[in-house]
Amino acid sequence: MNLRLLPACLLAAGLMFAGGAGLAQRAADRPQPLKSGLDFAGAEVRALQQDDIANPGMLWVARGAQLWREAAGAQVKSCESCHGDASASMRGVATRYPLLDPGSARLINLEGRIMQCRERRQRAEPLRYESDELLALTAFVATQSRGMPKDVKVDWQVRRNFEAGRALYYRRIGQMNLACANCHQENWGKQLGPETISQGHGVAYPIYRLEWQTLGSLQRRFRSCLSGVRAGMLAYGSPEFLDLELYLAWRAQGMPVETPGVRR
Amino acid sequence: MVARVQLPRTAKRGEVIEVRIAIQHPMETGFRYDMSGRPVPKNVINNFVCRYNGSEVFRAEMGSGIAANPYLDFYAIADASGELVFDWIDDEGKTGSERVSLTVSE
Repeated sequence: MNLRLLPACLLAAGLMFAGGAGLAQRAADRPQPLKSGLDFAGAEVRALQQDDIANPGMLWVARGAQLWREAAGAQVKSCESCHGDASASMRGVATRYPLLDPGSARLINLEGRIMQCRERRQRAEPLRYESDELLALTAFVATQSRGMPKDVKVDWQVRRNFEAGRALYYRRIGQMNLACANCHQENWGKQLGPETISQGHGVAYPIYRLEWQTLGSLQRRFRSCLSGVRAGMLAYGSPEFLDLELYLAWRAQGMPVETPGVRR
Repeated sequence: MVARVQLPRTAKRGEVIEVRIAIQHPMETGFRYDMSGRPVPKNVINNFVCRYNGSEVFRAEMGSGIAANPYLDFYAIADASGELVFDWIDDEGKTGSERVSLTVSE
């Protein structure tokens, strides 16, 4: 192919994807109306999330605010040294994740961005997935977008990831032979044992689950579901999970960020 | 250990004030086993005290029945300006403390 034509071709593909029938058709894939998991929760759980002192997730947010100001690593820099006041610089940031990381040309989620910043900019020891520190920082950053609508960018650059995430969402997996969609798309609002099946949106993560007795990431929730349908386990930060995060973010497009959420 | 306290910064003398505190703590019950089958030792905040200008106004002795990240909500009568001091200790001997000042007007 003539290299000078390449940008034009890519642009055309982008237009077809963003403006064409693809996404419009897919709108039927989203539950109508969009409902937060909180709408299916009991009155006590709802009260717990809405009360900023009783909400246990706010403890991680408070810890995150401390970590934001703590200098770390060889550069002896804190998050604040570069980003300043989080309430201004991090406002709305969580609504746009996961997104394409220009450096690696791969999807990156909020946790990944924080880990990357810590390793490359602060040159500090890396944070582990599900560590209290990473959860605290993620919750703190995401809370700055509380109430703002999810606004993830789905264009030709992430098309492959989006399609892979969608495929995983609809693929039956595990010994139970269940896809995400079998519960969260086709049967939301119905009872599964004592629980009402939610639409499975990720806008309240990191979330405090009473079952976990601690805060957990969206990928921890994915892993619970994988174990629930008795499927093979995927590692934290695996590309499949990131693709799924993107698909879920698109599916929840326009829903307000609730971090830190509380669920049973 | 992170803790978050909420109480009014100002009150009238004789007013009943609500004091709320949440403390980050795993409250390990002692009934669980780790991935290798070894029992996880019990570790809970066994003693929590709130002193208002030096005198005790609230005490809680918690056990393994209390959920992780305990949240306490209690009341005190505002009688003089000063400080509320919260102290707690867990089974491992780790202590935590918070202090919040209160201004009382006539």
